Amino acid sequence: MGASPGDSLLETDVAARALSRALAHGGDFAEVFAERTAGLTMAIDESRVESVQAGGGEGAGVRVVSGGTTYFAHVDGLDPADLERAASEAAAALRSGEAAPKQLKRVESTPHLIERPPEQVPTERKADLLRVLDERGRAAGAEIAQFTASYAEIRRQVVVANSDGLFTGDDRTRVRIGAQAVARREDAVETGAETLGGHRGFELFEDDPGEIAESAARKALVLLDAGPAPAGSTTVVVGGGFGGVLFHEMTGHGLEADHVQKGASVYAGRLGERVAEPLLTAYDDGRMPGEWGSDAIDDEGTPTQRTMLIEEGRLASFLYDRLTAGRDGVPSTGNGRRESFRHLPVPRMTNTYIAPGDVAPEAMIADVERGFYAASFGGGQVDPATGDFVFGVSEGYLIEAGKVTRPCRGATLVGNCLDALVAIDAVGDDFEMKTGVCGKAGQKVPVGTGQGHVRIKALTVGGTEV
Amino acid sequence: MIDLARRAIEAALGAGASDAEAYASEDRGREVRVHGGEVESLTAATKRGVGIRAWIGTRTGYAYDTDLSSAGIAALSARAVEAARVADEDEFVGPPVPVRLMDPGGSKGAPELSDPSVAAWSTADVADLALAVERAALAADERVVAIEQAVYADSAETVAIASSTGIDGEYESSSCYAYVQALAEGEGSRETGFGFDLERGPGSLDPKAIGVEGAERAASMVGAGKPASRSCPVVLDPTVAASFVAIVGRGLAASTIQRGRSPFAGRLGTAVASLALVLHDDGLDAAGPASAPFDGEGVARRRTTLIEGGTLRAFLYDTYTARREGTDSTGSAARSGYRSQPSVGPSNLVVATGELSFDELLGEAGDGVFVTDVAGLHSGVNPVSGVFSVGASGRAIRRGELAEPLREFTIASDLLSMLGAVRACGAEPRWVPFGAPVSTPPLLIAEMTVAGS
Repeated sequence: MGASPGDSLLETDVAARALSRALAHGGDFAEVFAERTAGLTMAIDESRVESVQAGGGEGAGVRVVSGGTTYFAHVDGLDPADLERAASEAAAALRSGEAAPKQLKRVESTPHLIERPPEQVPTERKADLLRVLDERGRAAGAEIAQFTASYAEIRRQVVVANSDGLFTGDDRTRVRIGAQAVARREDAVETGAETLGGHRGFELFEDDPGEIAESAARKALVLLDAGPAPAGSTTVVVGGGFGGVLFHEMTGHGLEADHVQKGASVYAGRLGERVAEPLLTAYDDGRMPGEWGSDAIDDEGTPTQRTMLIEEGRLASFLYDRLTAGRDGVPSTGNGRRESFRHLPVPRMTNTYIAPGDVAPEAMIADVERGFYAASFGGGQVDPATGDFVFGVSEGYLIEAGKVTRPCRGATLVGNCLDALVAIDAVGDDFEMKTGVCGKAGQKVPVGTGQGHVRIKALTVGGTEV
Repeated sequence: MIDLARRAIEAALGAGASDAEAYASEDRGREVRVHGGEVESLTAATKRGVGIRAWIGTRTGYAYDTDLSSAGIAALSARAVEAARVADEDEFVGPPVPVRLMDPGGSKGAPELSDPSVAAWSTADVADLALAVERAALAADERVVAIEQAVYADSAETVAIASSTGIDGEYESSSCYAYVQALAEGEGSRETGFGFDLERGPGSLDPKAIGVEGAERAASMVGAGKPASRSCPVVLDPTVAASFVAIVGRGLAASTIQRGRSPFAGRLGTAVASLALVLHDDGLDAAGPASAPFDGEGVARRRTTLIEGGTLRAFLYDTYTARREGTDSTGSAARSGYRSQPSVGPSNLVVATGELSFDELLGEAGDGVFVTDVAGLHSGVNPVSGVFSVGASGRAIRRGELAEPLREFTIASDLLSMLGAVRACGAEPRWVPFGAPVSTPPLLIAEMTVAGS
């Protein structure tokens, strides 16, 4: 099925006029990115459905690239006059002679299949979904003191037209639900959270959406028995699924070509070098069907693809958008992403994961005399230039004599990515993908992270028990 | 803008709302990113839109859009009313009403929010400013090998709020900031340093100071090692102190208190901090980035004492949370634009300055750690329990003086223990915009767990 991008969003002749105007004072490349969004969010708190919000809008961003400089202007609204104004503003600082864009040629894309478009599902049905989550979460234990859940849907229709003659588009629908539980026992207060989302429609919630409510509640309840986390260096086993955020932060950001080209990545100049044990292979894949970080095309119109990042321990590729790919003389890897028409595209991850290995998670833990099991994370952060990273552990346990024992509260993992990646000495044969929201350069985009269990020989755990 | 807001209310009432509020804004902004002495990108931005809150009795819903035509406003109104129909009833839900404060800003009144230099400085002028920041950073220390980026951005905004209950106001404001990320190398290590400043207009920014700060922060970290794990005195740089103060401020929002999701719940009037710490929320501070004549739902901004004499004095309220307790809004409805409905949050948080110079704070600390950066706050702090463990870097303090640089360690405690352990506040405050706008001096914490090697 081919998309007919832009028929209602942006006519080709309007796009062509805007591109001509953008190049009126010169430039090597011009692009119009048009977008229409429509979304709905709501929450349940104190067992009441509230914060029901229907958001919409449309607008366009026009950029002109001239030498090493990008001129960018964006406007709210998609009237031809809005586009012309954005194009004029983008061109305003240029002083050369007129350049001519190539004739636009429509390129079909294949948007991800949405079985039940959420906008066709009655709003009341979404409120009922939240009521189900609330009931399941509160029923999970008498010590659940608070429970909240949220629902979000968003449809983004985008069109990309550029001076190389590309005219293409995508139609993206994402849905996501989240559950947050607070458990209380005397003075102890603990929280647990879980999410479920995808580049999917309402069909994602057909199976058993209430499971995430129970999972969030269980995490909070387990922590009521938690003791302080240890402080110091130890062997760490990282859980599957959202544990993949470790690779996303530790390595993924350092492979984004903009960091690399500025010398602001510890991986700059290391292509082909050994950066991990041969047991580690990792990918970025923007095509995975229905995954949260997937799109048919990136936000520059390049089809998404699967890119091998690490091949059996060797650094295999960086992640490129058009601009950075041009500088390195390679094709874009389809990673030029932007939060919206109000942002410039930059190299970003899509769905990033460590490929499954051959060790059973139980066996990996059984080998550890004393260590720490980070079952899931609240999030993480890295400085790609230094490779220093930090992760907040939302569910952690001690490992003693090869067994997972008591839960720990308030643990953080810190380290340096070059050291930590080499220290991975086992990759599990299990596998799971989870949803995340990644922030970079002030832009947030949906990303998938995945892996099985992974063991790191030595890493600093920051707790309070010295 | 105010006319648009008034029209939107009429449309919402016509669509079946019993009451309605409209928030309209228009924003023009620009951003310059420079790298290697060249302009890397130049952005011109125009944003405009309207958000409508519709009430049907004790239900409320929200909708926003960029289509400001009559047809667009009509469709938007219908969506807001439909959203309200889906929400459950809540007896405390209802529109805000106008409040006239007798003396909102005390003797100082509401501050001037617009700086003419935003409009007066051309794009070339502000690009030069960003380039000057980059040059200053490169020249400040020979160990600085590159500048990841230097950025200048500004915006000028008009905000209007009107409601069917008589709220009707409009104001203009401007803001700008510049920052630099410097890279330093030496002794086999590579370090980054961040320098920044924010003002209402570019005429007040000092490009040299911003560049030098980024360079010095990066260069001072060269050769950093890990500290030994222990419990010790910690001095927090204002940028770090501000991050924690912002989390405290959010924990004082009545919405989190009423729903039992704050370490401060149930602690009004009790001891929550040492005597050394005094904290205000000041929505009218002359230099405060969040200052405005009224909050996100049109209620007058004001100054609220939060912590004084070691005691928790007040929480922050919007109209809804105030009604739940039969009290008044503190003008604390936060709103980040037409795409967000109001929620309770701090405006500008201001930590009162103490008397000790920075060197005297170090002297008081004796042996400990000076923390210049923290990372992982969004995942490392549990906002409900207040327990935190975050990544950190900084310098060792030995015999009251700064010593070797330190990285790859964590600091851990909980918010109440930390507030209780504030032994002294420095004398030199600074505005920091991360999380929420905070003005704070450096803080000396008597004891915190440091986890390194």
